[in-house]
Amino acid sequence: MPDGSFAHPQQRQFNPYTDNGGTILAIAGADFTVIAGDTRQSEGYSIQTRYAPKVFRLTDRAVLAVNGFAADGNMFVKKVKQRLEWYRHAHAKDMPLRAIARLIQTMLYAQRFFPYYVYNILGGIEEDGTGAVYSFDPVGSYEREACRAAGAAQSLVQPFLDNQIYFKNQKAAAGQTHPTHLPLSDVLSIVIDSFTSATERHIEVGDGLEIFVVVTKGHSPQGLESIRNVQEVTTRADTDRMFVIRRELKKD
Amino acid sequence: MDHFPTNWGRPRNDAFDPYGTYPIHQRPATKDNFAEGVQRTQQPIVTGTSVLAIQYKDGIMMAADNLGSPPPFLPLTQSDRILSAASYGSLARFKDIQRLHQVGNSTVIGASGDMSDFQAIQSLLDEVVIDEFTQGDGHDLGPAEVHEYLSRVMYSRRSKIDPLWNSILVGGFRDGKRFLGYIDLLGTTYSSPSIATGYGAYIAIPILRSAVDGRVDELTEENARNLLHECMRVLFYRDARSLDKYQIATVNASGVHISDQVHLDTSWSFAEGIRGYGAQTQ
Repeated sequence: MPDGSFAHPQQRQFNPYTDNGGTILAIAGADFTVIAGDTRQSEGYSIQTRYAPKVFRLTDRAVLAVNGFAADGNMFVKKVKQRLEWYRHAHAKDMPLRAIARLIQTMLYAQRFFPYYVYNILGGIEEDGTGAVYSFDPVGSYEREACRAAGAAQSLVQPFLDNQIYFKNQKAAAGQTHPTHLPLSDVLSIVIDSFTSATERHIEVGDGLEIFVVVTKGHSPQGLESIRNVQEVTTRADTDRMFVIRRELKKD
Repeated sequence: MDHFPTNWGRPRNDAFDPYGTYPIHQRPATKDNFAEGVQRTQQPIVTGTSVLAIQYKDGIMMAADNLGSPPPFLPLTQSDRILSAASYGSLARFKDIQRLHQVGNSTVIGASGDMSDFQAIQSLLDEVVIDEFTQGDGHDLGPAEVHEYLSRVMYSRRSKIDPLWNSILVGGFRDGKRFLGYIDLLGTTYSSPSIATGYGAYIAIPILRSAVDGRVDELTEENARNLLHECMRVLFYRDARSLDKYQIATVNASGVHISDQVHLDTSWSFAEGIRGYGAQTQ
């Protein structure tokens, strides 16, 4: 105590966690999934770097986005990738998406009493060829959803997605119903708008946007042709196709 | 934790066995080595202030001053008071500390935070470099490997709640590629064209980013040196726990070079005119 009094015992605790800001988002379509995240890493009011990826390719059809405490996030992704490599060596194939989801649950819950302070969103293509998004809490609760936002601007983005993807509070035109799945071009517009808006209103979001698009094998990536800066990262000809889109976000 | 239930409190139920006829085993000694908890680094003692580093055209450059001092927020505990009675309070205690350290042939690290932890890290790295050398397989560690290694060490120590209390910059140049990265006591890592630790993150980074970001390939060695010199001067003016004596490390194709101590010339004549600094007129 600065006044030198020892009337009360003092406790100082090392805090092993911090929050590194940023936001991630994933939306599933009928035959594709879009997984995106901004690239800013911050601590407090300081921007540490303008480019630190939060979205990682796991297999030819699975992408993982991590958000929260960056050191935990990087370590977690490293360990998931290692487990997937071991699986590939044991079974001579990539682990299916729903199995990766269950793996991530057990890996997170294994750390129940010293958790990875990380919110995970897993996106990709299921074995039946449908787009899928799995979202997790830090200790492993998970569910499959059509869309999910997590991180600093979750509270800004998720209500927007509820409205635009789930059509919450919208009435369909007379005699019509809301579509169950949106086309890729619509989803990309929603993702990009989500991030530009979050950048405007949240100080921890910005700098760069990285969008992964996974498209089911044999289906056309219609809707990508109008987007600039698309890079195809598919490794083999007979698999689902994967694309990365890199865009700038405001840096202030 | 004492695992012997008979040591937890009243060992018997008097209503059930009022005269203690039921035999109770010999109680084991109750010495618990962990009763007061394991004592770990709770705060840094002798600290170094900011480290600055930038990438430039031919490699990277890093600067750190030569001061080791108690941190400004060092709280006084009983044992510290005994210590400080004998030595220091907020004294500029060690004015010849080198905070830049060469690792292998293409890497430099610079540390702020606890200097004894930094020295432990230096020994750790020197050992790894020697181990790699003795393999004699023609491979050695570059900056990316050193950064990865340090991030693992720092993250595993934070996971044991026994952190090494430092922020470390790793810079280097290898196979025609620049590298500049950061690691701290939480295991947080990142790379950027310009990085600063401590007060430098608030004071020097705005200056460095406006000069470096997007212009790394145009920045000459002289530009880089002048830029860091200017930032060290600004830091000396504003950071109370800094020194006007610093060193610069350069890593480029010709290898690692850590400079002799450079002295900053400062002018304080402006202070005369500021109320609160010089002689008061009213």
